[in-house]
Amino acid sequence: MLQRCENRYAAFTLNSRLYAMCNFSWILCMLEVTGLECVRGERRLFAGVGFRLGGGELLSLQGRNGSGKTSLLRMLCGLSPAAAGEIRWRGETIGKLGEDYRRELCYLGHHNAIKEELTPLENLLASARLADEALDEGCALDALERLGLAGRADLACRYLSQGQRRRVALSRLCHERRALWVLDEPYVALDPAAIELVAGLIGAHLQRGGLAVLTTHQPVEISAAAACVRELRLG
Amino acid sequence: MLKLILAVVVRDLRLALRRRADIVSALFFFIIVVSLFPLGVGPEPALLRQLAPGVLWVAALLATMLSLPRLFADDYRDGTLEQLALAPQPLGLIVLGKVLAHWLVSGLPLALLAPVLGLQFDLANDDALWVLTGSLLLGTPALSGIGAIGAALTLGVRGGGVLLSLLVLPLYIPVLIFGAGAVDAALTGLGAQAHLSLLAALTLCGVFFAPWPTAAALRIALE
Repeated sequence: MLQRCENRYAAFTLNSRLYAMCNFSWILCMLEVTGLECVRGERRLFAGVGFRLGGGELLSLQGRNGSGKTSLLRMLCGLSPAAAGEIRWRGETIGKLGEDYRRELCYLGHHNAIKEELTPLENLLASARLADEALDEGCALDALERLGLAGRADLACRYLSQGQRRRVALSRLCHERRALWVLDEPYVALDPAAIELVAGLIGAHLQRGGLAVLTTHQPVEISAAAACVRELRLG
Repeated sequence: MLKLILAVVVRDLRLALRRRADIVSALFFFIIVVSLFPLGVGPEPALLRQLAPGVLWVAALLATMLSLPRLFADDYRDGTLEQLALAPQPLGLIVLGKVLAHWLVSGLPLALLAPVLGLQFDLANDDALWVLTGSLLLGTPALSGIGAIGAALTLGVRGGGVLLSLLVLPLYIPVLIFGAGAVDAALTGLGAQAHLSLLAALTLCGVFFAPWPTAAALRIALE
């Protein structure tokens, strides 16, 4: 009787330890990419791309123009299918996770995804509402103010400059609490002050235990998490 | 779910109101095309009454077609469509919201204008005028729904506007037949109820089923 109990206890502890290990490995590695391949038309842009990314880590994609950085980011979001390879989020392929994955993903592409007819404030509130996030007007105004758009909140985006539009798009990041940020050239069209501000936002996100994947041609220091920045070179 | 659809409708309506020229031009197109017929055919009341259902319905189809290419094109160009596709809700529901908003700014005004234009065709004497309005109210949502599939399939294609008409207009034929048939039946005193019921069925099917293939087509366009 005692023996059986002990056996059971041993099995239990082993199981729980295995479970904890699995859990632990998920915490260490939330995003896992293996053997990713991208084919555009007849050309193979890259093949065999793989990396693992855990909480608090940043992956900076490097590579010349046309090496497939944006394609890789779009694959990470599930917008384009990969020719081969797998993308796993917390141990499960992103295709299977579907909406659960998208709930933890924040993507900022080449395009700003803001409407020229709407004001920055309306843009921010509308995009939050469509993404099923609770964002009140005060928070939105605060985000715009942080990105230096304090006096422009009621001006249609059509009248804003390219850099200011980029700032409107990036102001989303101020209150963004999703785990994975995928940013395509976030610093394009920004002035040095704004670049520093955005780098600070990314740093704070990493400190909270978030993940970020971004492409950039500018060497930007993300101070808070300098140790966790990893690089991947394509092409 | 309803909250999401409402959010899409509110956003699209606000965008449409900031860009009124699009709505107004489609409406004027409808008015002018319909008004050209009495001028071209001549003022014979019996002939006009016979022509009225077909002319008004065909003009409504063409006016709806005018605004269709822009249904997703703007969102596609400025990257909003990517964000919608990445939203943690089914894309089909978002498309449903966009279809409803499209109907509110294109189909509904056509239906409300139709009684005024019907006067030019001597429809005032009987209840054909009200059947015409009713048939347009019932049928135009189906036009928006079916059109959304075509708009999504031709997204990002050069010369997509013409292709869109070739793709979508044949699919509008059932709606046209039952819509114009309802007015015809009312004019000949047969009663329009059968036609209107079929039209309502078409609309329900169109609005319910169309968003899902549209969402699939949008995902392909985004790849």
